Amino acid sequence: MSHATATTIPAPSYVAALVRVLKSFALLRESWVGMIGAGIVIFWVLVAILAPFLSPFDPLATLQPYAKPLTPFAGGGTFWLGTDHIGRDILSRIIWGSRTVLIYAPLAAFTAYAVGIMMGVAAGYFGGWIDDLLSGIADIILSFPVLVLYIIIIATFGASPINIILAITFATGPVVMRIVRGLVLDLKNRDYVAAAQTRGESSWRIMLVEILPNARGPLIVDACLRLGYVIITIGVLGFLGLGLPPPDPDWGGMINETRQMAMFAPHMTLFPCIAISSLILGFNLLADGLREISLRD
Amino acid sequence: MRRRAAALSGDSKQHCSQATESGYGASPMLIFIMKRLGFMVVIMIVVSLALFVILELSPGSVATKVLGPYTSEEQRNLWLEQHGYMQPLYVRYFSWLGNFVTGDFGESTRFKVPVSEVLWPRLWNTAILGFWVFAFMIPISLVLGILAGMREGSRLDRTISVASIITTSVPEFASTVIVSAIFVFWLKWLPGTSSMTDGFSFKELILPVMVLVIYDFGYVARMTRASMAEVMTTQYIRTAVLKGLRYRRVILKHALRNALIAPFTVIVLQVSWLLSGVIVVEFFFGYKGFGALLLEASLNDDIFVIEACAMVAVFVVVVGRLISDVGYQYLNPRIRFS
Repeated sequence: MSHATATTIPAPSYVAALVRVLKSFALLRESWVGMIGAGIVIFWVLVAILAPFLSPFDPLATLQPYAKPLTPFAGGGTFWLGTDHIGRDILSRIIWGSRTVLIYAPLAAFTAYAVGIMMGVAAGYFGGWIDDLLSGIADIILSFPVLVLYIIIIATFGASPINIILAITFATGPVVMRIVRGLVLDLKNRDYVAAAQTRGESSWRIMLVEILPNARGPLIVDACLRLGYVIITIGVLGFLGLGLPPPDPDWGGMINETRQMAMFAPHMTLFPCIAISSLILGFNLLADGLREISLRD
Repeated sequence: MRRRAAALSGDSKQHCSQATESGYGASPMLIFIMKRLGFMVVIMIVVSLALFVILELSPGSVATKVLGPYTSEEQRNLWLEQHGYMQPLYVRYFSWLGNFVTGDFGESTRFKVPVSEVLWPRLWNTAILGFWVFAFMIPISLVLGILAGMREGSRLDRTISVASIITTSVPEFASTVIVSAIFVFWLKWLPGTSSMTDGFSFKELILPVMVLVIYDFGYVARMTRASMAEVMTTQYIRTAVLKGLRYRRVILKHALRNALIAPFTVIVLQVSWLLSGVIVVEFFFGYKGFGALLLEASLNDDIFVIEACAMVAVFVVVVGRLISDVGYQYLNPRIRFS
């Protein structure tokens, strides 16, 4: 790679980055576990994008309560997965709910990563009191059982999309920070870092441009796992009644609203359970496949 | 590098045991424990300060939460006066902390009794639940992890790994619904609630324990597998195999001792995870435990209960971390003797 950049005019870096990303996805072919995971994730992403075309009914319309799966609807169409206690079509709610989860989970994971990476590279690269301070903050936050922390934050500041994202960032950032810090401690003594320091590059440039890209392998694997955890978190908060406000379809909230009926109409809760579990499984399998590939070379 | 350290650990053990005999042995460990204890106290103090600031910064909102939204200004002021809320923040914090340390957590606004009367029985119930979760989870996950890690890449390994990914992918709230659909709705074998209204019943404990074990064993099994697989690649295991020892003996006598160090810490740290997990399970099954108490308290603005629960939860986590650190030091000969 180094001689290529020396002899030819380098292509814009984002093109090269895109090619690299595509190539690393092509590598996934070597791991069938990773392939299955990627397939599940892509399936749900497509469902979320195409929600208006796929959903047979309006997810908020109350049509016919307590319909069993495969019941035909008098107004045309079929309730493939039945309806819930107030007559909303479960399939449509699951389809629209995939949007909720696939918007908020990546957003929350992204902010958590941004905060965690900033804290982690600073702690690992500067060391000294900065490291002590940041690691201390992380230690304190991680002394809470996660769900206890979420409950306290959401109960104090209220349940809104922004607060849920902030709470996830607050609780997950320190975990990311520890991983990044460990990676940076390992990488910061490399020759190319010393070279950059000699060139007089600024600390932040060295941290983010020289060190961080070399830590991407473990971070990508962790990001997939972390996305799974964030989806669980959003689901749990919905399930405990601390999630997104009710009318919008949200898988965790759907399970919570209908769990009282689970004893005589289990379809209302089972299908959202399967939906959320499959998406988490997708991310976990993807992470496992990526890890397997990264260990191979 | 770790591999080399493992190979060297044989003679470094001999070398260092002389130092232990000459009297230096106990003190580094003791210093380590004291340091960790000090650190633990610092964390507890910072956490208490944070909780206090979040929940009690403004006396007006405390009074509203305690007395309810339909009280008059005078009533609230009277209450604030009586309970010392007119004092400066730091005075309030220290008197609160003093009460807290002596076990006086205030009065629950919902149950109208001292918090400690509600908290300790609830915590005990959760301890019972936790005990059974660990009693099943530890043997299952260790056995599966060892079997998988023994022959890395074998069909058994792949099967166990994929199965553990699948079980950890089903969140607890989904598996509560699924297991209760199976065992309560279709098979009608088990009760769907665990409120224990007619005294303790083991039957009501089965489903909560099952859900938590299903969710957690996969993670510990994967950790055990990784640790076992790493040990199996070391030189001393290869030596043991090459010198003709029976495979069973190599595993039981040589590999397990080193392979189980990492899972030990993972298992102890699962206490923190369990305190999250019980919230979901206790909420769903109506089990009268610590997690359900915290959740109810948060939904009802019962701030003194929230404070007490959070402090207890953090205390348990920090103690768990201490045990895991000290245990790791103790179990790991490379650290113990250096």
